[in-house]
Amino acid sequence: MFDLFKARAEAVSAEVHRFAAKGEAMEFIKETFRKEAIADAPQSYAVWTDCPFLVGEDKDALAKEFPGLAFDVTRDRSEQAKIGVTQMHWGLANTGSVCQNSSDPKERLASMLPIIHVAIIGTGQILPDLPALLETVHPKDCAYLAIISGPSRTADIERVLTIGVHGPKRLIVVCVDDLGGNN
Amino acid sequence: MANTEFKQSVDKALHNSNLSGALGRFSEAYATARVKAYEGIDFEQLRERIAAIKGYAAEHQNELAEQFTKAATARGAKVFRANSPKEVKDYIANLCREKGVKRIVKSKSMASEEIHLNDHLVKQGIQVNETDLGEWIIQLAGQTPSHMVMPAIHMTRDEVADLFSKEINERLTNDIPKLVEVARKELREKFLQADMGISGGNMAIAETGTIALVTNEGNARLTTSLPKIHVAIVGLEKLVPTWADAAPILVALPKSATSQQLTSYVSLITGPTPNDDGSMKDMHIILMDNKRSEMAADPIFKQALQCIRCASCLNVCPVYRLVGGHVFGKVYTGGIGTILTAWFDELKKSEDIQGLCIQCGNCKQVCPGKIDIPALILEIRRRLVKEQGQGVVQKAIFSVVNNRPLFHAMLRTASKTQGLVGAKEGFIRHLPLFLSGLADFRSLPAIADKPFRDVFDTIKQPVLPKKVAFYAGCLIDFAYPGMGEKLVSIMNKAGYNVTFPKGQTCCGAPARYNGAYEVAAGNATDNIKALLEEDVDYVISACPTCTGALKHEFIDVYESLGKRDMLPKARRLATKTMDFSSFVKQLVDEGKLTFKEGQSLGRITYHDSCHLKRTLHAEKEPRELLTQAGYQIDEMFECDMCCGMGGSYSLKFPEISKPILTRKLSNIKATGAPMVAMDCPGCVMQIKGGLDKDGAKITVKHTVELIDDLLS
Repeated sequence: MFDLFKARAEAVSAEVHRFAAKGEAMEFIKETFRKEAIADAPQSYAVWTDCPFLVGEDKDALAKEFPGLAFDVTRDRSEQAKIGVTQMHWGLANTGSVCQNSSDPKERLASMLPIIHVAIIGTGQILPDLPALLETVHPKDCAYLAIISGPSRTADIERVLTIGVHGPKRLIVVCVDDLGGNN
Repeated sequence: MANTEFKQSVDKALHNSNLSGALGRFSEAYATARVKAYEGIDFEQLRERIAAIKGYAAEHQNELAEQFTKAATARGAKVFRANSPKEVKDYIANLCREKGVKRIVKSKSMASEEIHLNDHLVKQGIQVNETDLGEWIIQLAGQTPSHMVMPAIHMTRDEVADLFSKEINERLTNDIPKLVEVARKELREKFLQADMGISGGNMAIAETGTIALVTNEGNARLTTSLPKIHVAIVGLEKLVPTWADAAPILVALPKSATSQQLTSYVSLITGPTPNDDGSMKDMHIILMDNKRSEMAADPIFKQALQCIRCASCLNVCPVYRLVGGHVFGKVYTGGIGTILTAWFDELKKSEDIQGLCIQCGNCKQVCPGKIDIPALILEIRRRLVKEQGQGVVQKAIFSVVNNRPLFHAMLRTASKTQGLVGAKEGFIRHLPLFLSGLADFRSLPAIADKPFRDVFDTIKQPVLPKKVAFYAGCLIDFAYPGMGEKLVSIMNKAGYNVTFPKGQTCCGAPARYNGAYEVAAGNATDNIKALLEEDVDYVISACPTCTGALKHEFIDVYESLGKRDMLPKARRLATKTMDFSSFVKQLVDEGKLTFKEGQSLGRITYHDSCHLKRTLHAEKEPRELLTQAGYQIDEMFECDMCCGMGGSYSLKFPEISKPILTRKLSNIKATGAPMVAMDCPGCVMQIKGGLDKDGAKITVKHTVELIDDLLS
């Protein structure tokens, strides 16, 4: 299922990386912060919403290592951020989508306002398709269900596909095999 | 006849090379991409399910609206049922006043276009910004959308650069990514400052009170997240019963709309969620009726409520891709747009645009809501005629068509006098004076010296055990009697004697396509009487339009006029009727006809006639016959796209018929095949005439003309 997920996600311009363990995934995310020159300046911040992936991580140390990184996600901080990191609850193999219960507005701020969205997902949370998702999740537990397939896109001018209109210009999906999700 | 102003707008669109170029390229690419998007999916099964869900919803609209209201209210949303556009506008204007709203961002909403909401709000001194890039472009340009999914498809990058330059007071180049970046920056500010976000709704789920929003740009997420007030305007037809019902619609919508597996963002919102400052969102859902309940109560038009607004009917329409949405429907465009305009606006407003439908049936074939769009457009035509009466010219024509002896006498007279207007070598190359516009792009066939009904009497047939009746249709009878002769010969070889009931007359298609159902019923009655007079095994026609009339439309016409007493006979005729190629294919399969062995006849291309493929579903049969006979078929691009004939359509809209034909001819020529075959004498007339004018040395043949000599 992962292979299909990866192929379909890449077909809609998402970048997909798979890691066996959380530690490797963390290294990759840190490397991404470095590459994107995350710093304590507008347009260079990173925001990261609290999530199971961060359990057991030393957030203070992380914030020290990357002065622009904040775990307190606000509208202004997100708007000025280069990277937003959020953990997703589900993946959809046949559309290459990542899905989230984003009833908490911070999840949306971090995943829609920054230029790059890093979406963490447990490989085991990938479902086959959309009907399977609707069987798994019910609105009584999820007031705002977000299904994201690739970065923001438009083809409204002369049908030319252009990436990144209102939402992120890049979607980096970090798949982790040993990630115990919260679903 | 279409009015002058409308004709001018058609003309203007046809001369806008940017428009037809963009639409043409898109629709060509769309056809291929759509097939790919649906790979591995049983489309028929999927749309069957969608039609069932939406059909149920249309029949239980009120009940579902109540259920939705209850569920959404329980989740903390305020739900308002609005009957009229005015009620919607007043509700939002009041809300703005009450909450001190000065700035609004909108995510694309067709319902708000339908009621011209922006104008109303702007008049109240409120700043309203569309945020979907295409919608923002047309808002800046002061235009209306030309496509339901791609509102600004008619505009060039240069035009967009000019608009944006004016907006930000800085000279911009036409670099598309840079223009998109400008929109991102400009609109981001507006999102952050807005007091209210207005969205539409792709679905409203009754069971859970959920609103589904589908976008690629992400503007719906921002619209529903950043401002503290969210108003969703949802037409009653967007209701679906259950949470699980959302799946098939979300699967089909992006595939049919833009050939995507899924749009970048799908949001399923069930009641308000907190704002980022910790307060709760003020969420309002307006369920808008505006004649939707009336539509649901109409036994014929309730089907239109199965639409999921994917716009695939636009993308495959040979006419829409030439003239675009500013001619074809204003707010809701194309095939479905014609129907929605007739209802949500008024029947009268659809008077001109309904005439644009050429009845090729492409849209019906791709509609994920399984709506018979061409049939509903005919119904509009019928109701318009009923309401306003038929035009004088048409009335005169149909009074002739409904009188067989007079009609046939006139055709015979025409065959004698046409030499005066320049008929030679089987073509009328020029028509005098006011008729000249009809023949300037394709030659018309000359009317035969002797109609088939006279030729038939001279044909000597062997005495054979079985009998078929031949229904010729006007074109074979009066223009192409040779096709009829070939048919008789083929039938004789298969062991059938052919009878030609002389009482047969026009199949009624022209009258029906013009909304003159009483005339069509008169034609049906005459034909049924003639064709059922003698007991035959089959009734065979080599014209798919006529075959379709005999098989389906006589029944439809009687049903819609409530002439129930004629139905049993119409059904009996329907079961006996078969199109030529399907029947011959059956005869070959049964071993009653065999092709000569080892014939290598060379390359040929095949044009699918609209009614043969999409009304009679005979696509394989003619191809298999031609291949078995020894031809090698080189498929042309868009082989099943209309040739622009459309019966009297090509007389009413020669300016549209012509470019459709031009495209067809270039697709034929591109195959390099020396011959093109087809199964409709109407298409033969159009394509043969076009190639004659064009000078290309390509032979045009009806399958009936090719088979006979190849049989052993």
